Amino acid sequence: MFRTLLGPFARFFEFHAKTHYRAERHSMALAGGILLAASIGGFIEIAPLFTIDDTVEAAPDMRLYTPLEQAGRDIYIREGCYACHSQMIRTLQDDVDRYGPYSLAAESKYDHPMLWGSKRTGPDLARVGEKYSDDWQVRHLADPRALVPESVMPQYAFLLDTPLETESLPGRLAALRAVGVPYSDAQIANAASDAFGQAMPDSDRAGGVLDRYGEETNLRIFDGRRDRLTEMDALVAYLQILGGLTDLAARTQPARGEN
Amino acid sequence: MSVKERDPLTGHQTTGHEWNGITELNTRVPRAVWFFIAVTHIWALVYWVLMPAWPLVTTYTKGLLGYDDRTRVERQLMAANAQRADWTQALATLPAEDIRQDPALMARVAQTAPALFGDNCAACHGTNAAGGPGFPSLVDDAWLWGGDTATIMETLRVGINAPHPDSRSSQMLAFGETGILTRPQIRTVVNYVQSLSGRETQADAQQLAEGATIFAENCASCHGENAMGNQDIGAPNLTDDFWIYGGDDAAMFTTIDLGRQGWMPAWEGRLTTAERMALTIYIQDLGAEQGK
Repeated sequence: MFRTLLGPFARFFEFHAKTHYRAERHSMALAGGILLAASIGGFIEIAPLFTIDDTVEAAPDMRLYTPLEQAGRDIYIREGCYACHSQMIRTLQDDVDRYGPYSLAAESKYDHPMLWGSKRTGPDLARVGEKYSDDWQVRHLADPRALVPESVMPQYAFLLDTPLETESLPGRLAALRAVGVPYSDAQIANAASDAFGQAMPDSDRAGGVLDRYGEETNLRIFDGRRDRLTEMDALVAYLQILGGLTDLAARTQPARGEN
Repeated sequence: MSVKERDPLTGHQTTGHEWNGITELNTRVPRAVWFFIAVTHIWALVYWVLMPAWPLVTTYTKGLLGYDDRTRVERQLMAANAQRADWTQALATLPAEDIRQDPALMARVAQTAPALFGDNCAACHGTNAAGGPGFPSLVDDAWLWGGDTATIMETLRVGINAPHPDSRSSQMLAFGETGILTRPQIRTVVNYVQSLSGRETQADAQQLAEGATIFAENCASCHGENAMGNQDIGAPNLTDDFWIYGGDDAAMFTTIDLGRQGWMPAWEGRLTTAERMALTIYIQDLGAEQGK
């Protein structure tokens, strides 16, 4: 039975064995063959994602990270927050029940690099924005166990005393533009000023932030200190916008709605 | 193949490689291996037909089953909602008194509310709901906006000083920073307010009288002439010795000097009406239990 089943393929097997026999005797041909075989997976599974239309959903209301939020994102990466916190609500019922609508590709289309993560020592943060107050975020980052006794999160109190470096922000935004984030020339040129203005709503630089990033932008003293711009301002500003860049997920996923 | 030599002992062909008279056998691939290779190939063919598989430039083959993770989870959630509908509908629509009189519904509340509280509220209000500096206790029977069902439901829905369009808003002025009160005036009024809730102060009768005047001129408009607070604007009662930010000299000085503005997130959109009702009943009962 086995012989009859494979019988029609005998010529193919014979050809395959002969070719292999010959290739084995030419190292460059063998190396080329290995390369070809190993790249098939990538060509079939990854490359088409760049041309398939619905890989990234259309989200017309998607907004950009402000310079302050982007600076906070860089601090999030620098401190390794992603090692314990994912930013990816999976298409699983219990994930959606706990964290809200599952994450969409569009929501991280301006994330370079993406921070989806795969490990949750702490909770997922994809929709943590506005779930807690700024004050809570600041105090929790400074001393997690003061608010959540069972927490194993490290303390980040030093962020409160570390002034935010804003000089490099125009360069960082320009780099993001080079990989496809649509920052305008004005946004790049005013990046340092906008970072200051967003955390200092009473200053004369605050107005420009709303002009350039929209009226919905959070304009607040994030860290509770009105005397200086700290890394805590940036990190909390970033945490408070997580999940808030577009309403697409809430609009397109009715199952988690009011009932 | 070019080499057709046979090994005289086993009858197998050799590969033609020879080392010091030892030749390498070209034994057949075991049948079991061929079998499983065949099975995996057939499996792949079936999978290509049934499931999303082949990329076609701007789209891809969707498969006969039309399987999609997103559709699946939406269906699961819909099914779960339908399964829970008998009691979530009741929680979302019935008045609280009716829910309280229904043991089956109250069992559901007891089942779901602690998990909801732990995941959403405990981070600020604490796992025992006793609050902490800056976060009000929910068990002390002192309510900023009112402790009746409708009020708690509304507070949960819109939050306090939150970005929600209907958010409750409440702000205590920074009396010191804005120059309305001098530092000695603040200290005087701190002593007076402490005396209202029976705290011991070093102030003598004359200082307390001065404090009362400062209070009447600056604080009474929100906290009331008798300092009992005003739940319409979320102004706390200052006579009950429950303190959000602390009732000691230093904490109260800071409160009056720099002002306070609490922030409770809005839960509409994050929690359903039924979930908010379960939480409302839960924290009301929590307060009643621990108040005894």
